[in-house]
Amino acid sequence: MYDFEYLKPKALAEAASILAGDGDAKALAGGMTFIPVLKQRLNKPSKVVDLAALGLSGIKVSGETVEIGAMTTHATVAASADVKRAIPALAKLAGNIGDEAVRHRGTIGGSLANNDPSACYPAAVLAMGATIVTNKRRIEADNYFQGMFATALEQGEVITSVVFPVPAKAAYMKFANPASRYAMVGVFVAKGPKGTRVAVTGAGQNGVFRHKAMEEALAKNWSADAVAGVKTPADGLNSDIHASAEYRAHLVGVMAKRAVAAAG
Amino acid sequence: MTRPEMAGPGKTAITLAVNGTSRQLELEPRTTLAEALRNTLGLTGTKIACNRGACSACTVWLNGQPVLSCMTLAIDAAGQEITTIEGLAHGEALHPVQDAFIEHDAMQCGFCTPGMVMSCAALLERNPHPDAEAVRDAIAGHYCRCGTYPHVVAATLAAAERKP
Ligand SMILES: Cc1cc2nc3c(=O)[nH]c(=O)nc-3n(C[C@H](O)[C@H](O)[C@H](O)COP(=O)(O)OP(=O)(O)OC[C@H]3O[C@@H](n4cnc5c(N)ncnc54)[C@H](O)[C@@H]3O)c2cc1C
Repeated sequence: MYDFEYLKPKALAEAASILAGDGDAKALAGGMTFIPVLKQRLNKPSKVVDLAALGLSGIKVSGETVEIGAMTTHATVAASADVKRAIPALAKLAGNIGDEAVRHRGTIGGSLANNDPSACYPAAVLAMGATIVTNKRRIEADNYFQGMFATALEQGEVITSVVFPVPAKAAYMKFANPASRYAMVGVFVAKGPKGTRVAVTGAGQNGVFRHKAMEEALAKNWSADAVAGVKTPADGLNSDIHASAEYRAHLVGVMAKRAVAAAG
Repeated sequence: MTRPEMAGPGKTAITLAVNGTSRQLELEPRTTLAEALRNTLGLTGTKIACNRGACSACTVWLNGQPVLSCMTLAIDAAGQEITTIEGLAHGEALHPVQDAFIEHDAMQCGFCTPGMVMSCAALLERNPHPDAEAVRDAIAGHYCRCGTYPHVVAATLAAAERKP
């Protein structure tokens, strides 16, 4: 790790102004991606701004929405009785991220800011049509994800929370990489206020994407059989040591069928 | 606007609460908790193996929850209660999980053992009567290159039986 100055501001405005005022300053959430990046010297921040003291952790459930603070850990979401009641698929997704130690430090805000092409939360956010709330604005899921590790966030913009509209039905199925448990393919299906939506993570060369053909099939007929009839082309899907694009295309279909069946 | 707390890039005085004792250290902010424990405090029970979150050998507790000390900055752990493998036993009396690991030969080379014990002991704190599946889930992040997993599961289940 290169050396850096460390700050732990107690107010969001302070954190945002430090980050906005210095292009080389970087935010730190749980460090689950950021610390290894620093260790590999892939990044040389002038300042590391720890978001831990900003009070950005917590879960608020109203009748129609679940709002999760950016610094809320995966373990907290997984264990939350409120989330389990309102969006059980989201609690389950959080409980299957990585391993226990990762879940105690990794955060929803860090996951979404990072937008790893194999991460789980992006699929939930896109399929449920959630809103990313920052210190500056509210960003709809459809405008937020902009390709592998790319998002609509501007330099110095801090995610403060994520608002999920409560769906009538939802489920997430992932074919996990057995070592890291990141998604080799993960499919989130949802039917709710934002429509019938299917989001695929782990497969696309440009990160998470909506599967429009499956959405149309499910809008007509919400059943595992309906998605079974939809072919997923391998074009644009990832090929790596873990799986070929063709295999991933096949897994998208399998995970989608299982997700629809699980959603009921 | 108040000035936020600022430290580094050089050495800075920080206080860590380790195994119930307050320890004063001089560290650069880039120091990980694992490095601070091992190199500065001499608590070498915590192991560094992969040093990037893939093996869990460095597992310690922060406020009672297992975390990866190689992926946590020491300065970020200030103000939180840190428990390492050295803090698990009460004097000569080993923690039930430690006893059970010995009885069940739940270690071979031993390098992954402190981390495994921390995760298994944390599991029994929140779930005093786990089944084998729950133990396997608790150690899902741990690599044991000797392949002692079945013994770790057996030891943890045995410790749960014995724990008052
Ligand atoms: C072994 C391992 C297994 C994993 N398995 C999975 C898995 O199965 N599924 C999965 O989805 N993920 C997985 N992850 C990812 C992990 O769960 C975290 O979500 C991810 O690493 C982000 O970590 P973090 O929240 O600690 O953010 P950090 O690492 O601290 O930050 C990541 C990036 O986001 C920025 N950032 C953080 N918070 C904010 C914010 N509020 N506003 C703006 N920018 C911000 C930081 O500047 C940094 O660039 C795994 C990670 C590890 C190490």
